[in-house]
Amino acid sequence: MTVLSNDNPEAYVKIPKIKFTKLFINGEFVDSVSGKTFETVDPRTEEVIARIAEGDKEDIDLAVKAARDAFDHGPWPRMPGCERRRLMLKFADLINENVEELAALDTVDGGKLYSLGKIRDIPSSAEIIRYYAGAADKIHGATLKMSRDLQAYTLHEPVGVVGHIIPWNFPSQMFVMKVGPALAAGCTMVVKPAEQTPLSALYYAHLAKLAGIPDGVLNVITGYGSTAGAAISSHMDIDKVSFTGSTEVGRLVMQAAAASNLKPVSLELGGKSPFIIFDDVDVDKVADLALQGSFYNKGEICVAGSRVFVQEGIYDKFLIKLAEKVKSWVVGDPFNPEVHQGPQVDKQQYDKILSYIEHGKKGGATLLSGGKPGGEKGYYIEPTIFTDVTDDMIIAKEEIFGPVMSVMKFKTVEEVIKRANATKYGLAAGIMTNDLNTANTVSRSIRAGVIWINCYFAFDRDLPYGGYKMSGFERDFGLEALNKYLQVKSVATPIHNSPWL
Amino acid sequence: MAARRISSLFSRSLPRIGQKSYLGRGIYQYSTAAALEDPIKPPVNVEYNKLLINGQFVDAASGKTFPTLDPRTGEIITHVAEGEAEDINRAVAAARKAFDEGPWPKMTAYERTKIILRFADLVEKHNDEIAALETWDNGKLYEQSAEIEVPMFVRLFRYYAGWADKIHGLTIPADGPQHVQTLHEPIGVAGQIIPWNFPLLMFAWKVGPALASGNTVVLKTAEQTPLSALHVAKLFHEAGLPPGVLNIVSGFGPTAGAALCSHMDVDKLAFTGSTETGKVILELSAKSNLKPVTLELGGKSPFIVCEDADVDQAVELAHYALFFNQGQCCCAGSRTFVHEKVYDEFLEKAKARALKRTVGDPFRPGMEQGPQIDAEQFEKILKYIRSGTDSGATLETGGDRVGAKGYYIQPTVFSDVKDDMLIAKDEIFGPVQTVLKFKDLDEVIRRANASRYGLAAGVFTHNLDTANTLMRALRVGTVWINCFDTFDATIPFGGYKMSGQGREKGEYSLKNYLQVKAVVTQLKNPAWL
Repeated sequence: MTVLSNDNPEAYVKIPKIKFTKLFINGEFVDSVSGKTFETVDPRTEEVIARIAEGDKEDIDLAVKAARDAFDHGPWPRMPGCERRRLMLKFADLINENVEELAALDTVDGGKLYSLGKIRDIPSSAEIIRYYAGAADKIHGATLKMSRDLQAYTLHEPVGVVGHIIPWNFPSQMFVMKVGPALAAGCTMVVKPAEQTPLSALYYAHLAKLAGIPDGVLNVITGYGSTAGAAISSHMDIDKVSFTGSTEVGRLVMQAAAASNLKPVSLELGGKSPFIIFDDVDVDKVADLALQGSFYNKGEICVAGSRVFVQEGIYDKFLIKLAEKVKSWVVGDPFNPEVHQGPQVDKQQYDKILSYIEHGKKGGATLLSGGKPGGEKGYYIEPTIFTDVTDDMIIAKEEIFGPVMSVMKFKTVEEVIKRANATKYGLAAGIMTNDLNTANTVSRSIRAGVIWINCYFAFDRDLPYGGYKMSGFERDFGLEALNKYLQVKSVATPIHNSPWL
Repeated sequence: MAARRISSLFSRSLPRIGQKSYLGRGIYQYSTAAALEDPIKPPVNVEYNKLLINGQFVDAASGKTFPTLDPRTGEIITHVAEGEAEDINRAVAAARKAFDEGPWPKMTAYERTKIILRFADLVEKHNDEIAALETWDNGKLYEQSAEIEVPMFVRLFRYYAGWADKIHGLTIPADGPQHVQTLHEPIGVAGQIIPWNFPLLMFAWKVGPALASGNTVVLKTAEQTPLSALHVAKLFHEAGLPPGVLNIVSGFGPTAGAALCSHMDVDKLAFTGSTETGKVILELSAKSNLKPVTLELGGKSPFIVCEDADVDQAVELAHYALFFNQGQCCCAGSRTFVHEKVYDEFLEKAKARALKRTVGDPFRPGMEQGPQIDAEQFEKILKYIRSGTDSGATLETGGDRVGAKGYYIQPTVFSDVKDDMLIAKDEIFGPVQTVLKFKDLDEVIRRANASRYGLAAGVFTHNLDTANTLMRALRVGTVWINCFDTFDATIPFGGYKMSGQGREKGEYSLKNYLQVKAVVTQLKNPAWL
C-alpha cells in the first residue's frame, strides 16, 4: 500500500464553516440545559473542529416533549401521505443542493472519503428520502376474511414518538435510513447521532426545517450514549427505539427498554461476515472485491466481509493477487481524490484495531500486508491482511471494525457453510461462484440477513437489511423498514345479511 | 367566503359550507345573458396540434386535420392532425423500438422515478396555462381545472413515480426442492384510449402506471379534446422522457382507435369510454392478437339517501354527485334513491338547489356549470330529457338549453321516476338528476343492483349497520359513504358487470401493465424448504 503524508489537511478541500453546533429541538437550535459542550475531533489531525452542545437527560426530555406534542396534536400524522411526500421530496432536493458541504462535514468529522461522499453517501441519502417519500401514500392495511358475520380490517398507524440512535460510520446514510421511513409513516422523532460525528445530523435537521417539515417532528440531540442515549432508551414517553451500533450497546438499549415502558426495539448490530470464494471464480476480479469487502470505509462497516474463506484450489493464487493489489491501495487524507482509505474515526477505535492486529501477530496468523499505523499524526492504519487464520483466533471471531482482513482456507461446500455459520453474528455474507447450485445451496444455508452473490455491499434502498442472531433484529431499508414505525390495529364489527363472506 | 371554496381534494365529504346559494336566480339569468354571449378569451395559446411520434411533432401521413371546437360557442379553436391507421403503425413502431431496444425499460426504476418527478414539477409550474387549455377544449370550469384537476394530475404522477422502484414480485414456497420467484416485468407496448370528460386525469390514470412500470405507450386522445395531452407530453419530453416512450395520436375511434386495438404489435389495451365502444375494443383484441384489455365504461350509479339522513347535507352531496363536471362523469350518481320518509323534503330542496346552480362561461369565476362537450352530446341529453317527460316522469326544473349559442343545458331534475324508464336505465352523461323513492333497505339494494352497470354507488347514512350492509350488497366497484367522487391516486377505480374490467389507480393499476413470470430453479441440498 501507499501511505501519503498528511501534513497539510487543507491542501485539497477547504473545510466548510461549521454552521450548526447546538441541539435541534422543536424547530430551533438551542444550547443544552446544562450549558455543557463536547469536542468533535478531526481524525486526520486529532484537532478539535468545533464544540458541540452536549445533550443529556433534560434535553432528551425537552425533545421528547416536542415530539410528543407534534405527534399528539400536530399536523404531521394528520396530513395525508401525499402531503408528507411533498415535504419529503423537498427535503431530498435540498440534500442534493448541499451535497458538497454535507460530504465535507462527514469527511472532516468521520475521516470518510470526500470523493465518495459527493457521489455516493450524500446523493444516496437524498435518494433514500425520495424512496420513502414515495412510500408515504402506499402504507396499506388489509381487509380480512372473517370466519363469521364480521367485517374486519387492519389500520397501519404510526407508532408515535421514535428514538433513533445512530452510529458514526455512515453519519448521513444512517440518519436518512432511520428518519426516512419514520417520517413516511407519520411518526415524530428524536435522533441521537454518534458523539464522534454530530455535524451532518444537525445540518440535516436544518434542511428538514427548510423543507417545511413541521417543528417538533424531527429533533436532534447530540451527546453521549451513556447519558443522552440511555435517556432515550429508558424514556417512558418514547414509543419505539431504533438503534444501529455495537452488539454490546444494543443489549443495553434493549435492557433499558424492558426496564422502562417495554417499547419495541429494533437493533442493527455487529457482524463478522463471511466472504466465501469458490474455486471457479476469476481470481483477479474477486481479489478486488475482497479488498473492498474488508477495507471499504476503512473497514468501519458492520457488514465488512472480514472473514475471507478461500477454497483450496485457488488459495495460493488468490494470496498472490491480494498481495499485488493491496500495493496500490492508498491511505491518506480523505479529501485527496487519489486516496482509498482515510483515518479511523477516533483514538479509541484506532487503539482497539492496533491491539487486534497485535493479537493476530501473536496468535500465529501470517501477516501478508500492513500491520502498523500509517503515519505519525492522525488515526491512519495500514490495510492489514492476515493469512493462515484459523477459526479460533480472536481476529477470526471478533468484530475488529477496522482495515483488517483474515484469510482462511476451506475444502468443501459443507465445510465452509459450517464454518461460516459458526459465529454469534449473522449480518451478511458474500458468495463468489458462478455455479448455480453452489450459489443456491450456500445462500439458503448461511444464517445471515443479506447475501451478496458475486457482488458485495450491493446496498439498495429497496433491499431490506438487518441481522440474524446477535447481529440484531428487524430490518432497515425497503418497505420492510416501514413496519418498524407502524402499529397494526385490527378493527372488527358485526354485519348483517351480507351477500358474501 | 365562497371565493376559494373548491376543495384541494377532488372530493366532497359533506356539503360545502358557504355554497353560493345566495346568488339566487337573478345571477343565473345574468349568466345566461352575459357569460354566454361574450365568451372570455382563454389566457393561453395552442402551441401543439400535431401528432407526437418518437419524440417529434409530425403531420398525419395523410396530411389530414380535423377541427377541435370550443364548447362555449361551437367555434373552431384549431385544426389538429388527424391520425389514422398509418400513423398508429408509425407510433407503434416507435413504441416497439423504445421498448425492445430501450433505454426506458432498461434504465433503473429510480431513473424512471426521477424523470416522472421532474415531469410533475414542470406541470406544476405550468399549472394555469394547462388548466386554461383544458377548459377551452372541454368546457369544464377553469377553477376546477386549475385548482383540482391539474394539481391532482401532478399528485397522480408523483404517486406513480413512487411506485416505480417498489414493484415487487414474490419468492414462493414449492412442494419440492425448488426455489421459486416471480418477476414482474413490463408488458410491452400499451395502447391507451381515453375519453374527453377528464382529458388530463384520464391521461394520468393510463400513462402513469404504464410508464412507471417500464412500458412504452401509444395514446389516442378523444377527438373532442386533443389539446392538453399534446401540451403535457411536450413537457414530459423536456423532463427527460426518451423518444418513442410516449406517443400521442389524435384522431377518431373508428380509424385511429380501431387500428390501435387491432394492432398485432400492441401488447396491452386500456380504454375508458362508453360500454358500446368497450365491446368493440374487446372484439378487436380477440380478433387480432388477444391482447389483454382493461375497460372502464359507463355507469348508472345509485346514490342512496337513507331515512336517517340530514336532508340539507344529502341534497348538497346528491346534487354534486350528479351535476359535477356538467354530469359528464361515468360514475355520476344518476339514480338518486331517496327514502320515502324524507322524499318530499329532499325533492323540494333538490329542486331549489338545481335552480340556484350557476351556469355560464367556465372561465368566469364563480360559475358552477359550463357547456356540454359537443353538439352530439348536447342533442342526446335533450333527447333523454324529452324521453323523461314523455314517459311520465315529473320535470321539476330545467329541461332546456341555456342561451342560444354553445352547448349549455339547464340543470334538470326529474321526480316520480320509475325503474323501467329510459332515464333511469341509460347513462345520460349530462346534468339530469332522476329522483326515485324507496321504502326499505332490501328493496333499494335490489333496485340499485338491477342495472347492467356496476361502477359506483353513494350511500348517505350515519347508521353503521346500514352502511355496512349496503357496502357489501351493492355490486359496484366503488362505494362512497357520506362522500362522493373521492378520487385519490391511491384508491382503485373500476366496474362490475358491464361497467368494465380491471382497476385503475392504486397499487391495483400496476397489474394492468405487468406480466408475471414465474422462475423455478431446482435446488441441491437446500437448508430449508
